This record gives sequence, C-alpha cells and structure tokens, in this order.
Amino acid sequence: MTPSGQNYWRSLDELAGSPGFRNWVEREFPRLASELQSKSTRRKLLQLMAASFGLAGLTACRRPEEKILPASRTAEYRIPGKPVHYATSMNLGGCATGLIVETHEGRPTKIEGNPLHPGSLGACSALAQASVLGLYDPDRSRFPRKRGKRSSWADYAAFAEELFTPARQGRGEKLWFLSEPLSSPSLEALRADVLRRFPAARWVEFESVPFAAVNRGAELAFGQPLEAVFDFARADIILSLDCDFLGHDWRDVIPIRQFSERRRVDSPASKMNRLYSVESLFTLTGAAADHRLALPSSQVLGFARELAEELGALPRKAETKAGGAGRQRWLSVVARDLREHTGACLVVAGPRQPAPVHALAHVLNARLGNVGRTVAYLRPSSRPALAGFDELCQAIQSNAVETLVMLGVNPVYAAPAEAGFGDLLAKVAHSIHLGAEFDETADASAWHVNEAHYLESWGDTRAYDGTAALQQPMIQPLFDGKTAAEVLSFAGGQSERRSYDILRKHWLAQWPQTEGESRWRKALHDGVVEGTRYPLAAPGVPDVKRVDATARVAGTQGVEVTFFADSSSFDGRFANNGWLQETPDPMTKLTWDNAALVSPAKAQSLGVRDGDIIALTRGGNSLEIPVLIVPGQADESIAIALGYGRRQCGRVGRGVGQNANLIRSLVTPGFVSGVTISKTVRKRPLATTQEHHSMEGRPLIREATLEEYRRDPKFAHKADHYKDLFSLHKEHSYEEGPQWGMAIDLSACVGCNACVVACQAENNVPIVGREQVRRGREMHWIRVDRYYSGDPEAPRAVMQPVACQHCENAPCETVCPVAATTHSPEGLNDMAYNRCVGTRYCANNCPYKVRRFNFFDLNKGVDEIGKMVFNPDVTVRMRGVMEKCTYCVQRIQEKKIQARAEGGRPLKDGEILTACQQTCPASAIVFGDLKDPNSKVAQLKQKDRNYVMLGEINIRPRTSYLARLRNPHPELG
Amino acid sequence: MADLAMKNPLPPDVPLVLGKPSYGEVTDAVSRIVEKKPPRVWYIALAVTGTFTLILGAMLAYLVATGIGVWGNNNPVGWAWDITNFVFWIGIGHAGTLISAILFLFRQRWRTSINRFAEAMTLFAVACAGIFPLFHVGRPWRAYWLFPIPNADLGMWPNFRSPLLWDVFAVSTYATVSALFWYVGLLPDLATMRDRATTPWRQRIYGLLSLGWRGSARHWNNYEKAYLLLAGLSTPLVLSVHTIVSFDFAVSVIPGWHTTIFPPYFVAGAIYSGFAMVVTLMVLARKIYGLEQLVTMKHLENMCKVMLATGCIVGYAYAVEFFTAFFSGNQYERFVFVNRAIGPYSWAVWIMFTCNVFAPQLFWFKRFRTNLAVMFVISIIVNVGMWFERFVIIVTSLHRDYLPSSWGYFRPTAVDILTFAGSIGLFLTLFLIFVRFLPMISISEVKGIIDAPAGKKEAA
Amino acid sequence: MPQIFGKSSDKILKSVIAGITLLVAAAVLALAYYTHPDVADTGYAPIQPVAYSHKLHAGDLAMDCYYCHFAAEQSAHAAIPSTAVCMNCHASVKADSPRLALVRQSYDAGQSIPWVRVHRLPDYVYFNHQAHVASGVSCVSCHGRVDQMEVVKQVEPLSMAWCLDCHRNPDARLRPPEFVTRLSWRPDEDAAALGRQLREAAGINPPVHCSGCHR
Repeated sequence: MTPSGQNYWRSLDELAGSPGFRNWVEREFPRLASELQSKSTRRKLLQLMAASFGLAGLTACRRPEEKILPASRTAEYRIPGKPVHYATSMNLGGCATGLIVETHEGRPTKIEGNPLHPGSLGACSALAQASVLGLYDPDRSRFPRKRGKRSSWADYAAFAEELFTPARQGRGEKLWFLSEPLSSPSLEALRADVLRRFPAARWVEFESVPFAAVNRGAELAFGQPLEAVFDFARADIILSLDCDFLGHDWRDVIPIRQFSERRRVDSPASKMNRLYSVESLFTLTGAAADHRLALPSSQVLGFARELAEELGALPRKAETKAGGAGRQRWLSVVARDLREHTGACLVVAGPRQPAPVHALAHVLNARLGNVGRTVAYLRPSSRPALAGFDELCQAIQSNAVETLVMLGVNPVYAAPAEAGFGDLLAKVAHSIHLGAEFDETADASAWHVNEAHYLESWGDTRAYDGTAALQQPMIQPLFDGKTAAEVLSFAGGQSERRSYDILRKHWLAQWPQTEGESRWRKALHDGVVEGTRYPLAAPGVPDVKRVDATARVAGTQGVEVTFFADSSSFDGRFANNGWLQETPDPMTKLTWDNAALVSPAKAQSLGVRDGDIIALTRGGNSLEIPVLIVPGQADESIAIALGYGRRQCGRVGRGVGQNANLIRSLVTPGFVSGVTISKTVRKRPLATTQEHHSMEGRPLIREATLEEYRRDPKFAHKADHYKDLFSLHKEHSYEEGPQWGMAIDLSACVGCNACVVACQAENNVPIVGREQVRRGREMHWIRVDRYYSGDPEAPRAVMQPVACQHCENAPCETVCPVAATTHSPEGLNDMAYNRCVGTRYCANNCPYKVRRFNFFDLNKGVDEIGKMVFNPDVTVRMRGVMEKCTYCVQRIQEKKIQARAEGGRPLKDGEILTACQQTCPASAIVFGDLKDPNSKVAQLKQKDRNYVMLGEINIRPRTSYLARLRNPHPELG
Repeated sequence: MADLAMKNPLPPDVPLVLGKPSYGEVTDAVSRIVEKKPPRVWYIALAVTGTFTLILGAMLAYLVATGIGVWGNNNPVGWAWDITNFVFWIGIGHAGTLISAILFLFRQRWRTSINRFAEAMTLFAVACAGIFPLFHVGRPWRAYWLFPIPNADLGMWPNFRSPLLWDVFAVSTYATVSALFWYVGLLPDLATMRDRATTPWRQRIYGLLSLGWRGSARHWNNYEKAYLLLAGLSTPLVLSVHTIVSFDFAVSVIPGWHTTIFPPYFVAGAIYSGFAMVVTLMVLARKIYGLEQLVTMKHLENMCKVMLATGCIVGYAYAVEFFTAFFSGNQYERFVFVNRAIGPYSWAVWIMFTCNVFAPQLFWFKRFRTNLAVMFVISIIVNVGMWFERFVIIVTSLHRDYLPSSWGYFRPTAVDILTFAGSIGLFLTLFLIFVRFLPMISISEVKGIIDAPAGKKEAA
Repeated sequence: MPQIFGKSSDKILKSVIAGITLLVAAAVLALAYYTHPDVADTGYAPIQPVAYSHKLHAGDLAMDCYYCHFAAEQSAHAAIPSTAVCMNCHASVKADSPRLALVRQSYDAGQSIPWVRVHRLPDYVYFNHQAHVASGVSCVSCHGRVDQMEVVKQVEPLSMAWCLDCHRNPDARLRPPEFVTRLSWRPDEDAAALGRQLREAAGINPPVHCSGCHR
C-alpha cells in the first residue's frame, strides 16, 4: 500500500472508535452493524475496507493485470457459466418442502419448489427462498466448542465414543434427548436404534411453535394416532377456527395452492369457494376470508362448541350462548352454510388452539361427512413413547439427567421463560448441543457442535403426508458442520459415522437389492422417494363423549396474549437472515422488529399510540414491547410474533425485537390469559414499509362480490373514464420478436411474500437495515401493497403485488437525461445501471413508485462468503444508481440464447418464468408473450376481470391485474 | 452608453441622482469604496460567510464520499432540498438580467445605478444554483454524460427528450451570457480603476482586466454595439431559463407537477425573488457605503413596485392552480391540492402564502414602499417565501402521488440544512469580494444620466 | 501613476489569448486521441506464465479452438481449459520439456496456472459466447487471427460502439456455424450476401437495446 494508504488506515482506525463512525457503518452496511463491538473484528472490517481501497487504486491505472485461474482438474458435468440444478428438501418444524436448487460453479444461489414433491408442487415459501442466504451467513458457528472454548470434531468424537457406551450409560436411565419433531425416516430409524440400545433413555420432541395439537386432537377424537391431511381445493365452504392456513400456521405452501385454485374464477359461470375465518389477530387467512369474525383465541373453543351443538354434533346445552346477537347470527349462517355443503366443506383449527378444539373440528368434519373427501386420515410411522418438555425440566430439577443431547433446538431461548431452562441446563453434567449458530443454548451447554446447513448435508425429510425426500449437499460444508444423524450415530452404536453412509444404508435396506442403486439415483434425481406416503387410515366414528368432556369452556380473565410464528424469523431460527428481517410482515408491513399488535379500540382505552412501549407482565416475567395498532385485531386480545429478542445471535438478528417467550406458558403455548399491561414512558419508532393504509377511493385494486361480477362481468372497467388517448412522443412499434407482459390475479394472490424474497434472491437485491427502512429506502423490486377497506369495526384487507409495470409509454424513459432507461423492442423497460448517473428523475416520474435508488453502497459490507450467494447473471449495483424489476431479463436472455443454440427454435409458452411467478404458491403471477394468442398471459388479458392501474395517463403498462372477487354469504352481505 | 440614455424622450420626473454631483464626484463616490480599506463590518461579514462556504465544501465532500443517503431524500421523495435550492437560486438570478437587459431596452434610466449590482448578484446566484444539479446526482463523477460530448467508446448521446438536458443548456447559456454582459459592462469602469490605481499591482490587474480600454470613440462605439447586442441576447433568456426549469416539473406525469401554467408562474416568481434579493442587499450596501446619493429612494421604490406586481402574479398563479385542480375533476390532481392545504406539509404551504402573497400587499402604500426598514424585512420574508414555494411544489407533490401504499414523508438531515446554509455563505462571500474589488455601481452609466456642467467631462 | 499598458500591449494581449485557445484545443485533441478505444484498448499482449503458442497449436497443428475452449459452444464463457486438458497430450508429448514444468507442477499439485487475462469486458457486460458461435460469428471477429499469434494480443477495441457496429449490420461477419473456428475461412461468394441469407434463414436479429448485454 502507498503511504496515503497508510494514512487511510490510521485515520480509519481512529474513526472506527467514534460513535459517529459506528452508526455510519450501521447505516451503510447493516450486515456489518455491531461488527465494531470487539477490537479484533474491527481490525477485520478495516482490512476489508482497505482491500477495497487497494482495488480502487488498481483500477486507476490503465489496465489492471487480471488473473484467470482454471481448475487443475475439471469436475464432471461442470461447464463454466452453466448453472446445475439439484433436488433436495427443506424441513421446517417437522414438515418438508421439496426444492430444486440452482448452483453456479458449485455455489447454491437460488431455490425453487420441486413440482414432483407433494409438499411443494413447484412452489415454495419466503422462508425456503431465503434459506440459501443462511448457508452463507458468516455468523454461523464454525467449530465445535467445549465450555465455550474452541475445540474440534475429533475431540468431540473421542468424547462421544466414550460417553455413549452402555458401560457408561447403563440402560440410559440418565440419558435424555431433545430434538425437533422428527420427520426424517433415517433419523427415526436411528432413534429407534438408540432407544433399543438404551431402553431407559428418554426422548423429548420440543417445538417452540406448536404444530402437534392437530394430531393430538385427532387422537382425542378417534383414540388412535392419526395424521390429518386436508384438501382445501375440494372444499366449497371452509371454516377456519383461529387457523392461518395461508400464513404462519402452516409449514408448507400447499394450502395456498389448493385454496387459490378455487378463487381463480374464469367466467361468470364458474364456481368459487367461500371462507369463514374466526381469529383473534388479522392474518392472511382473515384477509382472504369472505367473512371474518374477530374473536379472542381463548373464546374459539366456546365458538367451536356452540357450532358443534348447532350442528348437532354435540348434545345441545341451553346456557352456552355467548357473545352478542351479531355473533349468534354469524354462527347460525355458518352452520347452515356448512350443513348445506355436507361432504364438500371443511373445518380446520389452528395449531394455536388446544387439542379439544381440534378434536371438535374432527368431530364436526365427521358430522359433516367430510372425512374421505376434504379430510383424510393417514397412519404415521410408529413413534416411540415420547416424554414432554416439562418432564425433562422436572427430571433435571431432581438431578435425574446426566447426559442431554439437543439436536438443532434452542430451548434456552425458545422455551417459555417460566421453565427457566437456561439455569436448569447448568445442572446437566454432559449437555451436548448441535446447532447452526452459537446460540443461547450453545452458550449454556457443555458441548456445542456446529451443525451443517441442509444445503451442505445428506439427509431425508417427510412431507405433510409422510412422503419422504432425500437431501443432498450442493457444496462441501463451509465450516465443516455435522448433521443430526452424525451426532446421533455415536449413541446408536452402529459403525457408520458419515451421514452419507447412514442415509444410504437406511434406504438401501428399504429396497430390494437388485434395484437399490437405481432407486437411490431416482430418489436423488426426483427429490422424492416413491411409495413412502403414509397409508390411508379408517378413523372410525369419533368418541363424542370424550370430546364433549374435554372441551370444557373456561371463563377467561382479562386480556389474553396470543403468540404466532413470525413470517420472517419463524421461531427465531431465521433471526440472522437479513432478507427475512427486511421482508415486511404480510399484514402489518413491519420490518426488523416485532410488536404488540393491539386493536384501535384497545389502544384508545390503553391510551397508547404506535411505537409506545408497554410492559406485559405474567408470573414475575415482564416483557417490554412497542405497540402497533392493527385494525381487525380482536379487542381483548394482544398478538406478539415469536422469534425476536435473540440475545446470542449473529450480527443481523442480535437484539432485534423483543422475546415473547418471556411471558409464554408451558401449558398453553398458543396464548396466555391474565396478563397485566402497564404503560411506560419510552417509545420505539417502528420501521414499516407502508404508512398509509387506505386506498383513498382510487381504483387501484378493483374488487367485487361474485354476485356483482355475475351481474356485471365488466365491473372492473367501470372506473376507466377514458378512451383513445394519444402520446406526444413517437410511440414504439412492437412488431419485432415476442412481446413480454404479465398478468396478476388478485383473486388468487393471498399476499404471502414468497415473490418478494424470490425476487431478492434472483436479482441480488440488497438489504438496507432498519434505519433506512424507516427513512423509506427499502430496495425490494416487488412489494405487496396491503390496503384496509370496509367498516373499521370489521375491516377487510386486500393485497396487490406491485413491481415495475413495464409501461409501453414509460414516463421514466422520457425524463432520463442520459438514456440509462430505455425501451426494448420486446416491450421491456430496460435499466442500464452502468449508464445511470442517478438523477432520480425517473423514480419521481414513476406513477407506481417501483424504482429503487442506491442511496449508499449497500453491498460494501458483504464479505467473501456473503458474496457467494450473488446470482452471477445479474449485476450487483453500485452506489448512486437506480434499479428496478426487469421482468427477470436474465432469464429471458438465457432461454432465448438456449433456443438460438437449438437451431433458433421458437420459445415455448411457460418456458421463461420470472422468479416471482415461479415461486408463487397461488400461481397468481403469469408472465409470457402477449403476441402469442395462445399464451397463458395473453388469454388472461382477454378475461373481463383484466384491468390496468392508472390507464388514464396513457402509460400502457404491460402488467395488468385481474380484479379481485369475494364470495360473501347473501345473508351476511 | 451615455447617449443612449440621453435619447430618452421623457425628462426625468424625480432626479435619479441627488445633489447634482460632477462626473468626478460620481467617479469618486464609487471608486473610493474599492480603493480605501473596507469597513470593519466587511471583515466580520466575510469571516462568517467564508466559514459557511467552507462548510458547503465539507458537506459536498461528505456527500460524494458517502452517497445521497446523507440527505433526507427517499422513495417517493427523490428530489427535495437539492432541487428546491437549485430552483431557488436560479430564480434569484433573474432580477439581474431583467434589470440590465430588459429595463435597458425599455430605456428605464433608473436602472443605471443598480444594474451592475443586480448582475453581479445574478452571476453569484447562478454559481450557487449550478452546484445542486451537479451534486444531486448519485454519481457526480459521471455527470459529464449530461453533456453531448462525442465519445468513441460508447457512441452514445444524452437523451434530448429529457427536460434535465434542456436545463443543462438553458442554465449554461444563461450563465455564459450574463457573465459576458456583466463583464462588458464593467470594461470602462475597470479602466477607470486602472487609471486611478495607486499601487502597481492594482494597476496591473485592473489593466489586464480592462483589456486595454482607453475610452476612444471606437472603443465606445464597439462597446455600445456589444452591450446592445448582449442586452438583446439576454432578454429572451430571462424568460427562457425559468420556463425550461419549470419544464422539469410540467413535463412529468406527477399530479401537482403536470401543469401548463408553470412557465409564466415560474418566471414571475423568479423575478419576484430576484428583486427581493436585490432590495435586501442594496439596502445594506447603500447604508454601509453611503450611496444614498446614487441609489435614491426612487430606485428602491421602483423595485418595491416590481415586487408588488410580481407578487400579485404569483398569488394569482397559486389561486389558478387550486381552481384548475378543482375544475379538472381529476381525483389525483384534486387530492394533491387538498393535501397541500391540509396535509402533512400544510405548514409549509401556509408559510408560502403568507410570505409571498400577503406580505408584499403592504407595498400598495407609499409609506411602506419608501421605508427602508419595512422593505428590508419584507424582501427577506419574500425570499423565505419563495424558497418555500419551490419546496412545496417539489416535495408535497412527490410525497403523496398515485399509490397511497408508497406515500412517505421527507425530513431534512443536518447535511441538507448545512449544505443550503453553505450555499448562502458562498453567495454572500462572492458578493463581499465583488463589492471589495469592483465598482458596485456602473460609473460610466450613471454619468450618462446626470447633466453635469460642461467642461468637467474629461474627469472621466 | 504613469500608464504601463500602451497601445502595443493590445497585440500582446490578443496573441496571449490566441495562444491559450490553441493550447486548450491541442490538449483536447491529444486527450481524444489517446483515450480513443482503438488506441487505448488494442495491442495488449501480456507475458503469460507458460509460453503457450496459439500459433503452434491452433495454427501449425491446426487444433480446433473448441478442443480447449469447449465451453464456448455451450456456455457464456469460452473458459480457459483446465491443466488436465493440456496433459491429455503433454503426458506423452514433450512430457519432460522444461517449458512445461509449470504445467506439470500445476497438474501434480492440483493448483491453477495463473494465466493473465487478455480480453476483458466490464462486469456489467454479459457477453455470451454460445449465442455468438451458434449464430455463426467466428472467433476471429473479436479475437483476430489467434492462430497466427505467438503471444495472444488484443486486436479489437471491444468497446460498446464497436460491438454495436456489428450488431447493427451483422451480415458481413456471419458464416455457417460449422466454420466458426476456422479462422482462415473465406466465403467463395460475397460475404455480405451469404451473411444476409444466413441471417434471414436462421432469423438472426442481434439486440441493440440495453438489456441485450446489460442485466
């Protein structure tokens, strides 16, 4: 480095101390925020910046000497510049989504759903989309630790070999295991081995976000363990009992797939399903519902009982009339509607609800003849007798636990504070934790082993219906992490130690010798293992008496607090994922935070406004959290997202939001009552991506009921008061080549955000951090606008994905002084970053405000590992330039070139998929060639529901929308 | 020059110069200021404004090193104080050219004692204005792409459909022509300074600057021609520049910007603010340097009248804007103006109304028109008001346009504020340097309007 | 004080002004010349770590470009071959030539040979070899007669204007795809006429809009 470089260093070093510099870093590269806490990391940061400084120096001279380093030996199937796709699957809380992963030169960069996998059908959730970023998280735990000190896998292996012997553990009286609900055939087999070897050992399945209740309900109703699976596509009438099956109460996106199928209405003749939702907080399901009843979660049991009685599923009791006349009318209409659709309706209860509610739901479905039609019961693989988490706590309390193996769980953070698990762990002699990050539990454990990311590991998973899928690594474990199977193998007593061997052995054992190899390859290729779906089971008649007896309605006291899996960090496991932290909550549009969601009325009675911090106290634990006022929230209910307030976490997630587990209960994990609320004087301004929630009577989202639509199929055009507009500029001729366009069906879209993250991953969209979101500088190329409408007491919410509309007369193009944004002959509104000087004139003149400006160098903080996630086919934008949706032009070009290489064949419809379209679980987004009259998009644009936003200013957007339809019950209007 | 003024048929009703000074005395009165040591207040003022100029430099350096994010601009408010300041300064610039060119062609003899002053102000204002379009871009080091420079590697030209490009031409032309006009006007006086110089350095510098002016008949002849031509050349510019600046907004599709009355409205506003600024500075300079003799109350009163007139035009424009919005029946257009009146930025709008429409009404009364204190205060109020007018037009239109989902609110950062303060500092610094080293009143022209006793002429 | 500038000084002043104007003009011209892509960007021929001669391999031995740069046919990148490709022959041919020491070392140690990049486009330019060779644009159009180069040298400016020039009128540079790697190939008939036929036959329509190359 030059002397000037030296000075640069020194001055920087001085700087790095100053608070000013620190919040500058925070602002400029959130990924580095709090990088400056420790001296050592500070030096790292400076090196990093000095490096970029050095490069800057290089580029100054006329021709920097660049090296090309070809591999000494090339790998099979690897053609530089050509992506390779592999099938794998991702497990979330015991339920898998099958995935196809795009890898560039051995780096996974993009995740898509696997069409062959029943848990995906080609779509995948925002969480799955973002999981690839987790792979390159520089804050992942990089090595095993013993009592927090760096150790090695070898040391651990030696220790484990010696520890997990009958000699040492006897029958395993003091040996306990703690894991997520297992949904992996090979692991389940391994568990069986372990428990065979140590019969007295106990196994606990711990889940912070409860999902088991559904099946416990089935067990309660039918007296046998059954896996209930629902078919929303076949239901004409759906009643959701506090169940956000379109959002955070489901672990895969299948319900969205099935539900939206029945919302997509081609013609006035076609039918449409109807959704009733009873819920405490305003969820995506509530937004999609035709009728929504805001009811505190604790009163849903009562509602379910009354309904059951109304329908004669339970013996009628006289005195169980709760709520006002409105609610009674609602209930009777629902009851009638369900009865009228016997066999074609569906009642689902949310995992937040206790088992009795689920039992009631099963009883109702049985009563309504839905079993075998919209509900099916499968017989899951036999599970061993499991212990409860509370039992584990008591056992530790009474020193009955000597060895505790925790596989990929973080109970110290995620268990209700009242369990005091952190302190308990200290009493366990050999606490062993396997985890991807050095989290709260790792910190409190004797041993921590760093877990491999699922994209680095061999393994298998089960979908909601039991279908097994293999996981295969796309890349060598970056930090030499290990899988649960590898850790468990020591206790299982078998010789294999590598997950590959364990997995292969397990599966080859399932198949006849002869076809073992071929089946193995097929399973790897397809991403599903044939014939592994759980067998269908005959549930028999529900035991109404038992259900009746258990479903006792208790009087609720005071305000209840409900907890829900956060759409971004789930239960905290994704807390360090910047993409997800910056993805707004689908309903509240809140980013980088969680809040106490409070109804307007409640807020008034409490005298609080958005951002005021309130203290919620329960059993000696107090949670201080800012308020966010949400219309539609049940008055006597406060909702808080899980997964925030991580103490021991990476740089992105540390100290973001508040930890709701402080006031949760071991007994009723879904919600608690009897919480005392007190105001504090403090405020915390919240970062939301949408500040105005009314459409101001503008015809942006056009909506009608099915009836109105049948009466006037062209209702969507009533608001268009213009005809034959002309432009002063010379208009483009669009004869040459295909003409790209997009249609988005607002009836199908549920607003799940999958498109937002998919776009972020595909197009290298940077994150900006909390402060910048507050300033209104988020960078998402596609956003989902959410407007409230209707009566403030019972508001409705509508969703609209908005990205660049690729106007044919684009206002941004005429005003750009340097022609950095111009029109392609195929109707794309091109954006040449390298030409942009950043006047922001185009963004000002964009009526949809979809253009995004790089106010800072947002990629500055990205280290070498972080860079690996970038899509090499898309430019990483620098500071000071404008960017926006390109209709995934890189994908268009790729396919066009491929077609050219194949002898200039024409492109097929659906060959080119935009990232948002490909992942959309509702298939609401359709992209294609408008010139081809048979293309799906061209046909959609012929539909009478098709309209464009702001057509009157003659910008001729290429993206159009299909008006939203609701299907209310005539009597509820 | 002189004889042009002489040709004026109308005899001056009120003397434009008091106390019948001789040519020599006029020369003295003006030159003295430049020749003798400046008053203490000059040093103090320079210290203050100089500091702000340095702050401006620091802020711009920080901006270029870090990114536009150091300002409060966001999505949807892509332009805020940056372009507000640009339009503000360009506006200020207008009075100068108007006075020196248009009033000259209209034979307004009273302009002679203020035109030099006003033109200087124009130049400095344009200099300040130029900073903002340059630094408001995300990559200033690429700003040269806005100029049609032939380039072999890209073979690309700028987009001539973009109003920003028209700005580039309009503003640069304006700057060049006004600079020439001003300099040409200066020549005879520079020569005077040279001849009166007492130190070799002054003699050399003024000598070089005066380009060998010796006041010969031929010199005067060419001079008059050149001056007349330049006057003719700059006259259309007075109207064109702000018209084109207004196109930045009028040509867009954003409600509140997309308006046909912008050109006249902007020009009127520009002249309005320009005169306000002249009055502000003139009142001070006149007092400090005791120029009451040459800059009489009549001059100031005339300027107040111009302010009153343009102020009313601006007020009318405001009213018409609201009416058009209502009459258009366009819900987006209507909303913008309702939002201006009662929305989050209504405070700014009402400041604008008060300062620009109500305040100048005082000038209907001679009592106020001729009261230094009053006109000084009002001129400052008007400057404030005109800055807010631009702020209102730019920010309130952007912060809530078509899609309510992307509505936002703009808050300036310290950098925003300091940058603007810095630009004021730069403006005043340049001005102080001007009054220190150049004759702030056109000696030769003033002589043209006094009828001095014969035989004294050679004193020039 | 006595006047120091006489009538004569006018001339001096004028000539000084004229001089300055000329100087500026000269400077501008010089700048324009030295930054012109044809001058600034062509002729770059760095020394390579291994004295590999394209003249020998592609010229005298007439090896096909695709033998080493196989990716050019299937991918965006032409790709520098891995050492393994060199060793296909040099395991036996000149197996112990000192000039190949680095190659053998690289192969044995499994390390890359640090080749120096000659043809470089900015990161934001997405040039695609597959698209071009598939359309019948020969290597020679951009890389020149590599088969005659001892040391590879950049012969074309590779500037945007240069790319667009061909994208706007491609005919003269089109040939049947099978001849793409025959750098010496000349059509019997008029190249432009043949090009037009080929273009119309294959419906080749080179993009001249931004997203054709910038994404």
